Amino acid sequence: MALLNIRDLTVEFPTRRKVFKAVNAACLTVEPGEIHGLVGESGAGKSTIGAAVMGLLERPGHITGGTIAYREDEISGLDDEAMRKLRGRKISMIFQDPLTSLNPLFTIRQQLTETIIANLKVGKVDADARALALLQRVDIPDPETRLDQYPHQFSGGMRQRVVIALALCSEPEVIIADEPTTALDVAVQAQILELIRDLAVERQVGVILITHDMGVIADTTDRVTVMYDGSVVESGPTAQVLGQPEHDYTKSLIAAVPRPNRKVHRFPQVSYGGRMTSFAIEEIAKGWPVREAPEGALVSVAGVTKRFAEKGGLLPWQRRHFKAVDDVSFDIVPGEVFGVVGESGSGKSTIARVISGLYRADGGNIYFDGRLVSEPSDKEAIRAFRQDIQMIFQDPYSSLNPRMRVDDIVAEPIKHHGLLSGHAAKLRVGELLEQVGLGADAAAKYPHEFSGGQRQRISIARALATQPKFLICDEPTSALDVSIQAQILNILKDLQEHLGLTMLFISHDLPVVRQMCDRVAVMKQGRIVELQETEALFSDAKENYTRELLSLMPRMSDVSDEVQLPDY
Amino acid sequence: MFSFVIRRILQALLVLLVVGLVAFAMFNFIGDPIDNMLGQERTQEDVDRLKERLGLDQPFVVQYAKFLLAAAQGNFGVSYEQGRPVADILAERAPATLELAAVSGVFALTLGIVLGVFTAIRRDGFWANVIMTLSLVGVSLPTFLIGILLIYLFSVELDWLPSFGRGDTVQIGGWSTGLLTTSGLTALILPSITLGLYQMTLIMRLVRSEMLEVMRQDYIRFARARGLSERTVTFRHALKNTMVPVITVTGLQLGSLIAFAIITESVFQWPGMGLLFINAIQFVDIPVMAAYLMMISVMFVAINLIVDILYVAVDPRLRT
Repeated sequence: MALLNIRDLTVEFPTRRKVFKAVNAACLTVEPGEIHGLVGESGAGKSTIGAAVMGLLERPGHITGGTIAYREDEISGLDDEAMRKLRGRKISMIFQDPLTSLNPLFTIRQQLTETIIANLKVGKVDADARALALLQRVDIPDPETRLDQYPHQFSGGMRQRVVIALALCSEPEVIIADEPTTALDVAVQAQILELIRDLAVERQVGVILITHDMGVIADTTDRVTVMYDGSVVESGPTAQVLGQPEHDYTKSLIAAVPRPNRKVHRFPQVSYGGRMTSFAIEEIAKGWPVREAPEGALVSVAGVTKRFAEKGGLLPWQRRHFKAVDDVSFDIVPGEVFGVVGESGSGKSTIARVISGLYRADGGNIYFDGRLVSEPSDKEAIRAFRQDIQMIFQDPYSSLNPRMRVDDIVAEPIKHHGLLSGHAAKLRVGELLEQVGLGADAAAKYPHEFSGGQRQRISIARALATQPKFLICDEPTSALDVSIQAQILNILKDLQEHLGLTMLFISHDLPVVRQMCDRVAVMKQGRIVELQETEALFSDAKENYTRELLSLMPRMSDVSDEVQLPDY
Repeated sequence: MFSFVIRRILQALLVLLVVGLVAFAMFNFIGDPIDNMLGQERTQEDVDRLKERLGLDQPFVVQYAKFLLAAAQGNFGVSYEQGRPVADILAERAPATLELAAVSGVFALTLGIVLGVFTAIRRDGFWANVIMTLSLVGVSLPTFLIGILLIYLFSVELDWLPSFGRGDTVQIGGWSTGLLTTSGLTALILPSITLGLYQMTLIMRLVRSEMLEVMRQDYIRFARARGLSERTVTFRHALKNTMVPVITVTGLQLGSLIAFAIITESVFQWPGMGLLFINAIQFVDIPVMAAYLMMISVMFVAINLIVDILYVAVDPRLRT
């Protein structure tokens, strides 16, 4: 008898114009002790299934068909009160972002005990003892002290452990984990997934693991269900689905996943359901100025240090700083893609911001094209530098001003540097939007009318507007789905190859780095621990830390290497 | 925490210095005190002697320092109009204004928060919509009009409540209170509603929008997913988080209750500091005006300081 049995579940969100079917006749079962992966791109309806099981669908969404059964009992028709008795007690949920899923104003003890008391009807003393035991179970060191701390005093991984402890409060039999490790570093991700695995085995808990990450699916789950556009397209044992995918969508999804073990020239540009958009690199290359490559390095970072205030104070000696970037030096030669990897907090984004001039270095110098650009004294050098360097940021939602029209966004750098004016600028913007595959009619729209991948194309159009020599990409694809990621990465490869653009590529995603970069610097706590040619780094890392990072990559041994791609 | 409070107090002192400068400048630029004090029949010698006695021959900075020193000790000089020390007059009038402000503050806060939470939880309910519509009236009608309407309805037509004055007061030490007599309490009702109505609607709308925002947060969904009751989720988890921004705005609003009491006090002939200030302007009674200005700024600064400390008390993220 399955723990959880979802049959033909349909969830609809009525909107003003039409009814949106978020989930369409989906079937899914979870057995005790099993981790069932639910994979798909954003908007596929996987989180909606989780919310429907919990009875926590956002209004106006509601179940319009099918059943959800917990053991023998149907639970999809229960009222709020009956559902609440099940929530936390029999079925628990873990959310994606551990930063936002804990109430910031209450201590861990308060949040644990209130949950235990609400669900198990025990006294304060017993609840306290259980809270302590739970923190020990999820391997939080020094649990007695940690109990009385607030969520902000925990790191991301520790917070996710607290969230799991909260989900375990009343010995649930089913846990729904909605992207539990997406916001975490690889090392922490591995620990959290291991914890979830242990719980499934040790307590015979059934887990639905919702994720968009094929690596997580490959390494953690027993069975997997692939969703596309609200419907289940394929379901079965993980090794079988990933090794011999049958459905075209699964095939294209697997093809788009960057592999940790080998480098490909281009990602297979397959898109299921005709969502492929072109990128006219030849057009761009035609109008691109041919420039002499400088002798030696294009960008040279020499002993750069950047400090941030950790603790403010009235008196100078009370203030404390930590070095986000600590005496870092490297050269980037023209035409190469230079990768920087590291865990969050390792200083990789900070170094990008220092180079671009968004932060001012506390020590050291930056040279571009042989000229010193980290001192604001040389106005002319800075102006030329700013035109030659552009950035693409991680979050395509917050890096575009929502109140500006797309044409104004793309025209801004052109006008700022006085390259073209009026009608000429307008024509240039239209051209750029056409070339990045958005079409000229995108000009009159606002950023919110575009999807994540399209917005990243707008960012690219904006970055290309000044015809720069150097592009800084700070986690350009980590907010995107794999198929979109493949498209954007291909675009970046095109830019490097056809235009000879030099790039600084920052990412925490090692497989992506392997595909993109010529040389890679590994950063840890503000310092570079290793700098090598990419292939050498991946095959033969010198430093322990690098080897450790590499060992944490999802192995994806089950994933088929040679997917027979369908023809379109 | 300690250095935070010290820093805030230093900032507060700076604000007071600047306000003090403005208040002090009034003496020099609004009329000439010598002219006011000496009549038409005066000699240059009289003028010089008085100048020397009042210290007006000294440099501006010295005069300003002396003014501040005196003000810090509660000495604002003598009222031109009444001929009594300004400090005494203010002490006499302060209880009326402070009681009025306190009562309307309590009224605005309790009703504002209760109605705000209600309209947020029942966001599409009939009563919530009625309250939201009515609150627009509260925000858009000017204070004096509300006062006059209330007087017309409850004093003139229904004759339930007095239309002016404080009623009977009881003297406790140097403080005259209207809170202990029936007539004093009934006299408080109309003016405190008039004064607090705008703040009440403002707090209500703020609480509502903050609450709706908080209810969308992940930790509220997670609290539900943990099987907590709707009551715990709403009143424990959501309300406390709602309060963080509400405290800031409310603190500033309570300060303006005292400052805006001027209009309400004139409408209801309430014998408080606001009325005193209006009269002082009519008579160009500069010492009273300067003292009032200083006093209001002290209150604003003090309230802001309390708000900042409360903020830290509610939100553990600010305690480091």
